[in-house]
Amino acid sequence: MTAPELSTPRERIRSGRMRRNAERWSWLFMRFSGALLLVLIFTHLFVNLMTGDGVQQIDFAFVAGKWASPLWKVWDLLMLVLAMIHGGNGMRLLINDYAHRPRVRTFLLWLLGIAVVVVIVLGSLVIFTFDPCPLDASGDLLSGVPDFCKDVR
Amino acid sequence: MTPAPTLYRGHEGMWMWLVHRATGVAIFFFLLIHVTDTALVRVSPEAYNEVIDSYKTPIYGLIEAGLVAAIILHAFNGLRIIAVDNSTWALRHQRKLAWAVWVIFVVLMAGFLPRHLMHVFGGA
Ligand code: HEM
Repeated sequence: MTAPELSTPRERIRSGRMRRNAERWSWLFMRFSGALLLVLIFTHLFVNLMTGDGVQQIDFAFVAGKWASPLWKVWDLLMLVLAMIHGGNGMRLLINDYAHRPRVRTFLLWLLGIAVVVVIVLGSLVIFTFDPCPLDASGDLLSGVPDFCKDVR
Repeated sequence: MTPAPTLYRGHEGMWMWLVHRATGVAIFFFLLIHVTDTALVRVSPEAYNEVIDSYKTPIYGLIEAGLVAAIILHAFNGLRIIAVDNSTWALRHQRKLAWAVWVIFVVLMAGFLPRHLMHVFGGA
């Protein structure tokens, strides 16, 4: 067999900034968050899609039932934050690989950064401000709320 | 001029790299949509239920199956990447590990798909 040969790699892109260990932290984070996400996401998929009636069971009352427990709130929050940072950092690697024109790259990195922050803030607000028993203008329970709302009122 | 052959090009590692990138990007864009649809629980139960009901239709049921497939591949290939980076044993057996990812994928999909398709197409 002929010896394998590696051609000259592309010139390294220099950011010009002092972030000596940034890529090392990025590399480490991808591995730790990935391992944790595996447990978080597979449990999430199993509970939502495999137990009970699978997708058919998912509605407002199902979500309210899950978020009645602090465990699922913390679970979903952790999953949201880790997945967005892991996925966002992964997308950053892709932008650095494929967007060669500096202005395009800068634009895409900003767009990505904004998307990641907006989705984390939106998702966290939803988890923290969730109301399982919303009322209409006249003070009655809206339809579609879980059964336990009647006992609470 | 055709590129010189390397240890990497055209072998398992290259295809798994491509699978990892493609699935990672697909999951990322799905997550943007998924957080937004879940946010509808803050609008009203009706608004949320209406959108989620469309996820129970055959078309979306199949898309969901594709997403679960993407996540299984990305997750276990992610474990393979971590293993190969950290252990010489895994590095030595990296080809077998690439195939192990596909075996795990087939086994988990065999457990998930029939049940999911029954939920989607079983009528209810
Ligand atoms: C289920 C558990 C997951 C595991 C075990 C995992 C593992 C990994 C690992 C180890 C890497 C780094 C690859 C490298 O540095 O060469 C990576 C990259 C990546 N991940 Fe994940 N990940 C998971 C979930 C996710 C999720 C939920 C998303 C999307 C929101 C995602 C999107 C990405 C992207 C876009 C990349 C970059 C791919 C590239 O650079 O080619 N991953 N993943």
